[in-house]
Amino acid sequence: MLGGYWESIAIFLGINVLMSISLYVPMSAGLISLGQGGFMAIGAYVSALLTKGGVPFAPALLAGSAVAAAAGLLVGTPALRIRGIYVMILTLGFGEIVRVFFLNFDPAGGASGLVGIPPLTTLPAVLAACAVAFLIVWRLRHARLGRAMIAVHEDEVAAEAMGINLTRTKLLAFSIGAFIAGLAGGLYAHEALFIDANQFDFSRSAVTFLYVVLGGAANPFGPVLGAAIVTLLPEFLRFLQDWRMTFFGSLLILAAIWRPDGLLKAPVPRSR
Amino acid sequence: MTVLLQIDGVSRYFAGYTALSDVSTAVETGTIHAVIGPNGAGKTTLFNVVSGVLLPSSGQVRFAGVDYTRRKPDRVLAMGIARNFQQVRLFRGLSVLENVMIGRHCRMATGARGLLGLGIFNRAAETQARATAREMLEFVGIGARNERLPGELTLVDQRRLEIARALASDPRLLLLDEPAAGMNPAEVRELTGLIGRIRDRGITILMVEHHMRLVMAAADRITVLSAGRVIADGPPQQVQRDELVIAAYLGKPHAPAHGR
Repeated sequence: MLGGYWESIAIFLGINVLMSISLYVPMSAGLISLGQGGFMAIGAYVSALLTKGGVPFAPALLAGSAVAAAAGLLVGTPALRIRGIYVMILTLGFGEIVRVFFLNFDPAGGASGLVGIPPLTTLPAVLAACAVAFLIVWRLRHARLGRAMIAVHEDEVAAEAMGINLTRTKLLAFSIGAFIAGLAGGLYAHEALFIDANQFDFSRSAVTFLYVVLGGAANPFGPVLGAAIVTLLPEFLRFLQDWRMTFFGSLLILAAIWRPDGLLKAPVPRSR
Repeated sequence: MTVLLQIDGVSRYFAGYTALSDVSTAVETGTIHAVIGPNGAGKTTLFNVVSGVLLPSSGQVRFAGVDYTRRKPDRVLAMGIARNFQQVRLFRGLSVLENVMIGRHCRMATGARGLLGLGIFNRAAETQARATAREMLEFVGIGARNERLPGELTLVDQRRLEIARALASDPRLLLLDEPAAGMNPAEVRELTGLIGRIRDRGITILMVEHHMRLVMAAADRITVLSAGRVIADGPPQQVQRDELVIAAYLGKPHAPAHGR
């Protein structure tokens, strides 16, 4: 349907949208993660090792996401005791641990990377994953858990006094996000066909953070828009050649000045 | 009369400061019980202990006979004790209605189905919670402003909203921390009526309040705190005449001046 080049761009766009949604979920509970690349790596490696071992694509993807979600619980537990910038430092450290682990984990290729991953990712699969992930965050906004996450984000003391279990809410937010990042990682591995640890380094986590901050962290469409702009705009700026990323960076600075809360504002509550 | 809340020898020390010292009192089912005392007497600290926000240094609190001293605030709410906050603490990014639905959180089903779907597709529970929240907003008298953000309400309406949010959890005991703060006389009269209607729903009320006309009009029993100690405990007429209470509020006529 699309040409090879545009199809590949669309697939990577979908994967980036998934990554942005994976960060949007914990951020709506006030947990800013700078380690989403780590969860993506786990999903990528686990699912790739499984499909290389003959496991069908769908169960392999789910297994990768599940292991990432379990890692999310593991990281989320110490994150319960700290707030704000310290959560960012903790998750940043987690992302580095995962990267260095796979760099030295020889059964998965170690420093030379993992090759020979079967090309199983298709555009419809990516679109379906995006649709499901977006549906979840969209429905969350008007559901018990999503409302609880926003309450925790706004005022932990009041939220707990009003019956919200802080531990459960934060851990769920963290591991739902990790699950979606793991899914993105699995789809990525079976499109890139070669993965190594440095593809999931800090810049991956940082650019994911950029998607959400640019698009708007209080609106479910925000991360999707942010991921689309950051992924597609550099493609459309190719005519600028060497000045492409300079121009792109300048646009980001202007966005930060004019729309510090992101391009999209929180949706106004309306009668339902 | 049965005792709903028993506060038993509760002390709370902060670094170098005694906020509560061996405080005991009993709140009887179906009554309006007021806690009064000068600023710094420990009233809010006592509320924080009763609602599970603060752990006492010693002593215990019992609800319907059950010791719940070490329970977390969310479990204290689920048990049937709800509160408001002296400094209004609403969720500013949620609508007025959604704020009240947060109060309903602990009563919304989380069975296997809720857990599997993460409660996302549980529309029945949502609809029910929304109906309860609307009813509570009507009850406190701000039913027409459901879809606004809390910041668009006057401070007095924000206080009403906090009461609605607390009531949505179906409490047996409602803690009100200075509900009349910032209200004019007409609004205080309205609040007095509201507190009476809450009691008529079978909800016991424990309130901290400075507004003496409200306390004397509404309270069945008054506990007076001063410097972290209970100095009087009894029906309003008795407490009003108590010499220690008068001294705590107006100063002792003949006592030598303290260093502080």
